[in-house]
Amino acid sequence: MHNKPKEALIHMSKRKALTWYQAWGIRLIAIVAALIVCAVITSITTGLNPLEVYATMFAGAFGTKRRIWILGKEVAILLCISLALTPAFRMRFWNLGGEGQILMGALGTAACMIVMGDTMPNAVLIPVCIIAAVFAGAVWALIPALCKARWNTNETLFTLMMNYVATQLVAYFVIVWEVPKGSGKIGIINQSSKAGWLPVIAGNRYLLNILCVAMLTIAMYIYLTYSKHGYEISVVGESVATARYVGIKVGWTIIRTLMLSGAICGFTGYLLVAGTDHTLTTTLAGGQGFTAVMVAWLAKFNPLGMVLSALLLIFLGRGAGEIATAFTLNQSFGDILTGIILFFIIASEFFINYQLHFRGHGHNGPDKGGSSSAPLASGRAPEGETDSANSKEKREDPANV
Amino acid sequence: MENTTPAVALRGITKTFGTVVANDHVDLDIRKGEILALLGENGSGKTTLMNMLSGIYYPDEGQIFINGEEVSIQSPKDAFRYGIGMIHQHFKLVDVFTATENIILGLEEKGRLDRAAASAKIREICDTYGFSIDPNRKIYQMSVSQKQTVEIVKALYRGADILILDEPTAVLTPQETEKLFAVLRNMRADGKAIIIITHKLHEVQELSDRVAVLRKGAYIGEMMTKDTNPQEMTNMMVGHQVTLNIRRPDPVDPKPRIEIKGLTVTSPDGVLKLDHVYFDIRAGEILGIAGISGSGQKELLEAIAGLQRVESGQVLYIHDDGRKEELVGRDPLEIQKLGVALSFVPEDRLGMGLVGNMDLSDNMMLRSFRDGRSVFTDRKHPHDLAEKVVEELEVNTPGVSTPVRRLSGGNVQKVLVGREIASAPRVLLTAYAVRGLDINSSYTIYDLLNRQKEEGVAVVYVGEDLDVLLELADRIVVLCGGRVSGIVDGRTADKNEVGMMMTELGGSERIRAKEKES
Repeated sequence: MHNKPKEALIHMSKRKALTWYQAWGIRLIAIVAALIVCAVITSITTGLNPLEVYATMFAGAFGTKRRIWILGKEVAILLCISLALTPAFRMRFWNLGGEGQILMGALGTAACMIVMGDTMPNAVLIPVCIIAAVFAGAVWALIPALCKARWNTNETLFTLMMNYVATQLVAYFVIVWEVPKGSGKIGIINQSSKAGWLPVIAGNRYLLNILCVAMLTIAMYIYLTYSKHGYEISVVGESVATARYVGIKVGWTIIRTLMLSGAICGFTGYLLVAGTDHTLTTTLAGGQGFTAVMVAWLAKFNPLGMVLSALLLIFLGRGAGEIATAFTLNQSFGDILTGIILFFIIASEFFINYQLHFRGHGHNGPDKGGSSSAPLASGRAPEGETDSANSKEKREDPANV
Repeated sequence: MENTTPAVALRGITKTFGTVVANDHVDLDIRKGEILALLGENGSGKTTLMNMLSGIYYPDEGQIFINGEEVSIQSPKDAFRYGIGMIHQHFKLVDVFTATENIILGLEEKGRLDRAAASAKIREICDTYGFSIDPNRKIYQMSVSQKQTVEIVKALYRGADILILDEPTAVLTPQETEKLFAVLRNMRADGKAIIIITHKLHEVQELSDRVAVLRKGAYIGEMMTKDTNPQEMTNMMVGHQVTLNIRRPDPVDPKPRIEIKGLTVTSPDGVLKLDHVYFDIRAGEILGIAGISGSGQKELLEAIAGLQRVESGQVLYIHDDGRKEELVGRDPLEIQKLGVALSFVPEDRLGMGLVGNMDLSDNMMLRSFRDGRSVFTDRKHPHDLAEKVVEELEVNTPGVSTPVRRLSGGNVQKVLVGREIASAPRVLLTAYAVRGLDINSSYTIYDLLNRQKEEGVAVVYVGEDLDVLLELADRIVVLCGGRVSGIVDGRTADKNEVGMMMTELGGSERIRAKEKES
């Protein structure tokens, strides 16, 4: 009778709230799907057995006791940076200056260790180093924060640019302190005296790092969730107008929060220099200031969730490295697999919030459309029908009272 | 047969957002040459239903027929193809473009862009229906009502035969509303189908031919306007009997609480927002503030609450013992501690005063989270307060841990006003407290304000609806372009007189002069 209109091929609608196990089910499906896609790509491009590749990947991360410790150390450092960025991110202040703030903290630590290494006992030197690192990191974050609070400058660009300045400063001091002269490297600082080095506890040199970050994670969770400061940060992040309206000092909150953010980045720099690397280079942070952004987002700025997302990213990175060496593949191949897995995990969040309806499978199927369109086409009669139904309801309604 | 086919017929339209059912199998007919008023409380799904007609949402279930033909509207472009034009509450115009440029924006006409021809066509449309706009004027130079006109012309230019207006009179003065209605009547005479969403029942009676009512997403019924009355319409919307009179108790022992002397405020870019404003706010009285939106109402309240930089002048808080305290230059927190509470409902309802992503109890905490010495927040009291507000004000919410943004507009406002009242203020400043609220919720708010007044609180009510101001307020300060154009008694003032004062300074004198002439 009349042309059937073309229904949209796909349309999406918001889902009802899912229970936590349904949400995790979707995430699990995403990971399985990612592994299948990766397997296909592996077979096609390299001809290797994908299961073997996965096993190698797993072994690369967890295979030996030593590898597990290294994994733990790397997770701790990445988590520490993510924790540093989180308060700023919760405030919608996009601190991309993690790299620079870490480098400044590392520079502060190295300066103290080199200059004051022989003048005081370790029990005094370590706190001095920590204070220097935290202070340097905080200052590096404070500069863009002040400008944001005062002139509403763009923090993304500003913090990003501060990274380059920090890199150049470190490059300069590496030349000042280079050992031996002309090598362009600092080498291991205080190698013989170990002055300023973090002590080895329980026979493992990474354990103290891991414990520090574990405590910091819990502290940050409590700070953000239960403290007045944490509450102010959330309010400022959601709506500056509301924050002003209830008398929160927005500028001060920005400055305070960014100093905290920078201080923890600085502390990460300290852990890197005094805890693990015992040297200072311009590539000390190794891009983790940016990886941490992803860690924080994946966990939706929840410090406890970041433990998982940091673990995932480090696992993928270490596993990818292992398959590159074990199968003498290009390092990029591991990165491709990592990229595919991350893509599926991020995409799964979409399916947690939305559902798709496909043409012909939705509730507005063609058969149903046919039956109820018929009365309309036949004209008058049904109209009277609806009218009477309406007026009946109309009469009933006030009577319901 | 031809003229019995409705211009638009909706059959079994259902739309859900997550767990919220916005429309539940709605059937609705819209006929040519008629004005249909779509009524319903906030959150009853009127706007959602219309958005499905205009291609913004796509229904989960159901069918849409245009002139008897089943269609699928997947985008606003489709909607225009079927001759449907919607005028939204918030205008969708480019400020730096002229009216003509805005109207032809996005139209993919073949050939060269011919502005002159477009302008001519626009003038023709204006002449046909009685609009008065200058096609070459830039949007930012226009008043709210002119911008609205541009939106309507834009729809007509694209050949709309079915026009949907979402609360078109919320931002207009009574005179502008009259003009709009005249134009809409012309369009009806021309055979267009018009749907108007409004909360103002007297407008429904004045303008519409037929009324359809939605409640909680479901279609309740329809009737001819001439056969019904505001009481019946309200009962249908709400689902039970409501009284339609605003109570106005006599002021209790009114004495000055805040004195405003020569208050002058300029915006950061140097525009004069308030110009030497003088008046006083009295305890035990509701002071209404009338004015076209943007006449300085926001700046005035913000200046009192310490949120606005004041150029010159004084705001004096008068203690019970007669001591006067200067508020200008004080910190918002200090002013809050004196008992001055501000509940400002902005256009987007959430922008100030509430945090959309936080739940009810966290929003209650906004005022009180600093209390106590602990570094940690006290969550118990805000939680209790949230439950109390939900219960006392009948907030429709799944629970106190639901994010505020999930609530409908009316409920959001109840939460905001409820929190401000819970702080036991001495001065309660409210702006647009019933903005976009349905009748039932509005009356709850009026009642709350009256109870505050009876307890001796100085209440300031900035409102958009003159009828309400005249029924609720004891005195009305009329603002026009940042200046006080008059202070009138709410019990004796005349609506037209206040309307004139809103549009030009000293309007009342002009009216008197005219009366003398005649």
